[in-house]
Amino acid sequence: MRIPTPLRRPSFIRPLLRPFRDARRPFALMATGIGVQLASCLLLAVPWLTVNPSHPLLVIAAVLAPLAVVAAATPWLTAVQRERFRALVRVDIPEARQGAGRYGIGTRAGRRQAVYHLLAGPLVALGGALTALLGLVSCCAATVYVWVWALPTWWRLSQSGYTTQAAYLTAAGLAGLYATAWLTGALARADGRTALRLLGPSREERLARRVEDLTERRADVVDAADAERRRIERDLHDGAQQRLVSMAVNLGLAKVTLPDLPDDARKVIDEAHREAKEAIAELSSLVRGLHPAVLEDRGLDAALSGIAARAPLPVRLKVDLASRPSPTIEAVAYFVVSEALTNVVKHAQASGADVTVERFGGILLVVVSDDGVGGADVSPGGTGLAGLAKRVASVDGTFSISSPPGGPTVVTVELPCAL
Amino acid sequence: MRAVIAEDSVLLRIGLVKVLETAGFDVVAEVGDAEAALAAVAEHRPDLAVLDVRMPPGFTDEGVRAALVIRREWPDTALLLLSQYVEERYAADLLSGDTRGVGYLLKERVADVEEFIDALRRVAAGGTALDPQVVSQLLLRRHRDPLERLTRREREVLELMAGGRSNAGIAERLVVSESAVAKHINGILAKLDLPRADADHRRVLAVLRFLGVG
Repeated sequence: MRIPTPLRRPSFIRPLLRPFRDARRPFALMATGIGVQLASCLLLAVPWLTVNPSHPLLVIAAVLAPLAVVAAATPWLTAVQRERFRALVRVDIPEARQGAGRYGIGTRAGRRQAVYHLLAGPLVALGGALTALLGLVSCCAATVYVWVWALPTWWRLSQSGYTTQAAYLTAAGLAGLYATAWLTGALARADGRTALRLLGPSREERLARRVEDLTERRADVVDAADAERRRIERDLHDGAQQRLVSMAVNLGLAKVTLPDLPDDARKVIDEAHREAKEAIAELSSLVRGLHPAVLEDRGLDAALSGIAARAPLPVRLKVDLASRPSPTIEAVAYFVVSEALTNVVKHAQASGADVTVERFGGILLVVVSDDGVGGADVSPGGTGLAGLAKRVASVDGTFSISSPPGGPTVVTVELPCAL
Repeated sequence: MRAVIAEDSVLLRIGLVKVLETAGFDVVAEVGDAEAALAAVAEHRPDLAVLDVRMPPGFTDEGVRAALVIRREWPDTALLLLSQYVEERYAADLLSGDTRGVGYLLKERVADVEEFIDALRRVAAGGTALDPQVVSQLLLRRHRDPLERLTRREREVLELMAGGRSNAGIAERLVVSESAVAKHINGILAKLDLPRADADHRRVLAVLRFLGVG
């Protein structure tokens, strides 16, 4: 519904009021900031107000003792400040990490926080207090016409040009009020930035956390992809593959049990049987490329001996693992050997290949070598080797290949595996 | 000939029953797990037990363990193990004792109905049926060095031989003459320092001994 024009606030007033409306939150922030800082300043002043030390040693103690108290109260003060920023300006200051079992001023984060509570905070509060003073003075000046009538008549009579001066004062006061609003905002921003820097985690810590975070997330993605492969394998095996086998069995039975079929029908059944068996073989090889059940059940040794035995050239396999690596690492290692051997068969014209899988501490070393012609191509979009390198990199592994023209080709992959 | 089938995949079980019946077996029990299989064998004393390696509840090697029990308790029952993939240790376990009437095939071989029926009959008659894949995986592991002296054709012949085939069967499979097969076998036996043997069965035993499992 449209509000009739006369009832609305005249449109030229709103922009004029905006700086003050925008300054509401910063103002609250600065007011509470001054409050908190005033409390700690009072604490610093306690010895001087109560005992008034005279001896030099006592003076030193009077300075240091309240400082120590503030330093000790750092975690608590930090919590108060964090709450202040969160509640008033919706700024979340992340917790800085303090080493295990360490707390407060003993840590680097604690020392940075103390710097805020003892130096940056008071400075900003001082600025806030001065701004507040400016605001108060400006307010008085701007409203001069309101209270000037309250002054004694004799004073007004003695000050002949006071109405002109009052006009200047009003203008200056209004300007001062705008300046106050602007300064409050600027100080609140400065306070927020300083607090984020000093009370929150340091830049290094933030980056370290980000790296940790990303590493964890990437590991999750890789694990999820791996789990998905296993799920697809299971689904294919329990579903499509069983059906295909059943179909092939029925077709095979038809061939055996219906000897009097006309030649045409026999041909059709033969063809269908052959196709079904080929489909089973294709599906099996697809499943093996995804994540074979034997890998999950029996581990790398059993799964790799399957690949080696199926390879059309002699493969010497040596797997030496005391315990099983994580499923994801096993899957990558399996993929490496499978792809590398496929490459050997396709391109190397080799007469044999060697596969070695060993564990050295936290490293799983996979080496696939052949005695072929060499000159393998690792450029993206080239052979399967580029995809292999990517999959190895996805788990922070290293991939290297040596394949001079004339051979031999050696693919070396190192995969990290937690002990 | 009476047979017991233990296979947890219903589709494949139905197929197996049909194939066995076609092959002339009387399927006296079809069950879905190893415990039921043992109970069925105890009850019916069949001539042949066809067992899936992975079965409920653990889906690991229930079939192999059941097979070893059957071998111990009812040695007259021939055993045919079906597996999704080759596990050499299982094959070695199975073949470590009496190798008469033992088979270990990949499940997908069931689709080659004629050959599968062949294997069924061979095993039920006290012969051996090893999947070519089992054989080549066992070959990969053991006594590699003398094997490297074999030619590719001789390796193929050895694999088929270890699978329990006769000379005629090997000749048919490789599309060569029987005399050529005999020549290859002599070559193999000579290269592997094995004495010449006449019966098919002794030949298989020799191969298995060479593989380190017999």
